[in-house]
Amino acid sequence: MSTVTVNSAPSLPSGFTSDDFEVFLQSRVEPVWVTQRRRVAFELFQAKSAEELDPEEWKRIPARAFRPEKFSLTGKAAIGFDTAQLPLMQNRAEFEGAVVHVDGSATESRLTEQLAAKGVIFGDLATVLCQQADLLEPHFATKAVLPDTDRFAAWHGAFWTGGTVLFVPKGVQVDAPLYSLVALAQDGVADFSHTLVILEDGAEATLLEETASGSPDIAGLHVGAVELLVGKEARLRYVQLQNWNQKSWHFAHQCGRVEGNGSLQWTVGGLGSKLAHIHQDVHLDGRGAEAQVNGVTFAKDRQCLSYYTQQTHNAPDTRSDLLYKDVLTDESRVIWRGMIKVEPEAQKTDGYQRNDSLLLSPTSRCDAIPGLEIEADDVRCTHGATAGRVDVDQIFYAMCRGLTEHEAMHIIVQGFLQTVTDRIPVELVRETLDKAVEVKLGIGE
Amino acid sequence: MSSILKITDLHIAVDGKPILKGVNLEVKQGEIHALMGPNGSGKSTLAYALAGHPKYEITGGDIEIDGASLNELDANERARLGMFLAFQYPVTIPGVRVADFLRHAVTNRRDPDRKEGENLMPMREFRQELRGRMNELGMDPEFARRYLNDGFSGGEKKRMEILQMAMLKPKFAILDETDSGLDSDAVKVVSEGLSSLAGPETGVLIITHHERLLEFNRPQFTHVMLAGRIVETGDASLAHELHANGYTTVRERHPAEAAEEQAEREETLATV
Repeated sequence: MSTVTVNSAPSLPSGFTSDDFEVFLQSRVEPVWVTQRRRVAFELFQAKSAEELDPEEWKRIPARAFRPEKFSLTGKAAIGFDTAQLPLMQNRAEFEGAVVHVDGSATESRLTEQLAAKGVIFGDLATVLCQQADLLEPHFATKAVLPDTDRFAAWHGAFWTGGTVLFVPKGVQVDAPLYSLVALAQDGVADFSHTLVILEDGAEATLLEETASGSPDIAGLHVGAVELLVGKEARLRYVQLQNWNQKSWHFAHQCGRVEGNGSLQWTVGGLGSKLAHIHQDVHLDGRGAEAQVNGVTFAKDRQCLSYYTQQTHNAPDTRSDLLYKDVLTDESRVIWRGMIKVEPEAQKTDGYQRNDSLLLSPTSRCDAIPGLEIEADDVRCTHGATAGRVDVDQIFYAMCRGLTEHEAMHIIVQGFLQTVTDRIPVELVRETLDKAVEVKLGIGE
Repeated sequence: MSSILKITDLHIAVDGKPILKGVNLEVKQGEIHALMGPNGSGKSTLAYALAGHPKYEITGGDIEIDGASLNELDANERARLGMFLAFQYPVTIPGVRVADFLRHAVTNRRDPDRKEGENLMPMREFRQELRGRMNELGMDPEFARRYLNDGFSGGEKKRMEILQMAMLKPKFAILDETDSGLDSDAVKVVSEGLSSLAGPETGVLIITHHERLLEFNRPQFTHVMLAGRIVETGDASLAHELHANGYTTVRERHPAEAAEEQAEREETLATV
């Protein structure tokens, strides 16, 4: 049987063979060009499955226990599953638009009439691709996440199921956040969701997205993609909180592209999953483009969270600023490999990347590997990484003021995360992260 | 009824090494005691042991408040009962605002049975009280928003300790060389703060080398430590004498402890 390991897989995983692919295609109702792209991606998936995964990339990632054949796509959401039970952002606010996917199928898709009247499109990808085929064709999987990137990107490109699309026309500003939930409710189901955000020139929007499992016991797989296309002078705030249960595998390619004077503020919360391996790239394509990347991760038990981030400066006068903060406990592991790339024409670039980790247990481990590849000569690029343990003196000091050891640990963790949470402009997200941190620390369970 | 902190034949070991070898001391609420003694005599050990530092193992004797033993209680439980230690080297906790930290601390002190996650004291009430205390100590209200001791000067850190004491209203406060490392202006500020804030509700144990702190906070009792024991107790004039003449005469009066002190010094030197 095939397995995805560092070695090449002798055959495609069951459920994702060429026969399965043909059956899958027949179940889809979609434009011809979409099917065509799937076929191209499937051929790539076949070819790349026969090749070794990049050993340099995968040597740190404990994916040996991953058995893709244990997961399959399903055309149906779990019956009677109520996403309102999930203790997440959705119950904490009213949104002007929301898209919900369960087990790969859309179960809710709504947008206020006011926003629709302004030309804003917000809905589930499968439906919007049919309704707005011409609008999406130039953007979908052509600019940001390409199927020829690697085996997982190709796998996703062939088999993607649901996903969320946000399109904001030129100059339109959407003030209130929109919301997207991706949930898995059945055991052994794979989610291949695809998020596509297109902001035309001068548009503004905020999209809050989160993932969740229906129960702690179901095994899940996510092979996802996120594409964020930010036009000239457009401003996008995108938040993704990955909050699967600890029996889920999470593989994703996530990429944002920003045109001249556009701005992307991207916040990542890495909380759940057994193993997560995410490529998060930002490309600054036009003069004056900027991106701020904020990452908060909290790993416990035997979780392994891996983030490979890249900030690519393709144009002059561009700025990128990445700050990840990782909290680790038990036997968990966080891997962060960051890269700032500056192309020869991207003079006057200002690039920054930093990863700080706080280890709450002696058996947790963080690998932080910053990197720079600079081909322009007039730039300012800085990087840094720190790893520290909770200081026993801090705990004792706080206890001397009447805080329990647990409370002391909690405030120290919150304090550690403060510099990154200060950068998150949406209070709802800060609150949700705070709650998630409390749960991870075992408070309020 | 005024509370009594009673220390009886207290023995403390650190990493198995005996440091305190039978300390006896009684402090009543409202009293001021000075604790003096040469370096290494065990003053800070007593302070940490009273506060409940896990490294300071009680190998004999008792620490009690009003007859109830603290021996088995951790630092947090002791703090909630009214024990307070002003640190010689206050600890920095980055990212934690002074106000947030103190609101937790004060709530737990006033509601000792509070469990984590239960309500904190009302923000408005807390802020008002904090502002009042800061004002009395001549502190910029901006301090409340700063991260705890992060980037504070030596004087600011010590003032922060006094502020915490004022907010927590402990029954017993131990000040571990709160005046060390401060210039005389800063010592004056801290001394005045202490004297105005430690009222009849607080018994104070001041560990110091300097007289300045005692000028504003005149002790009723002065204790001298040597080689892990309190060897003499007198009044404020003893503190004055020690400050003027050092510990030579004390050592002469207590040759056994002086010899022990000497032996320990030599042992320490030999291991370095």
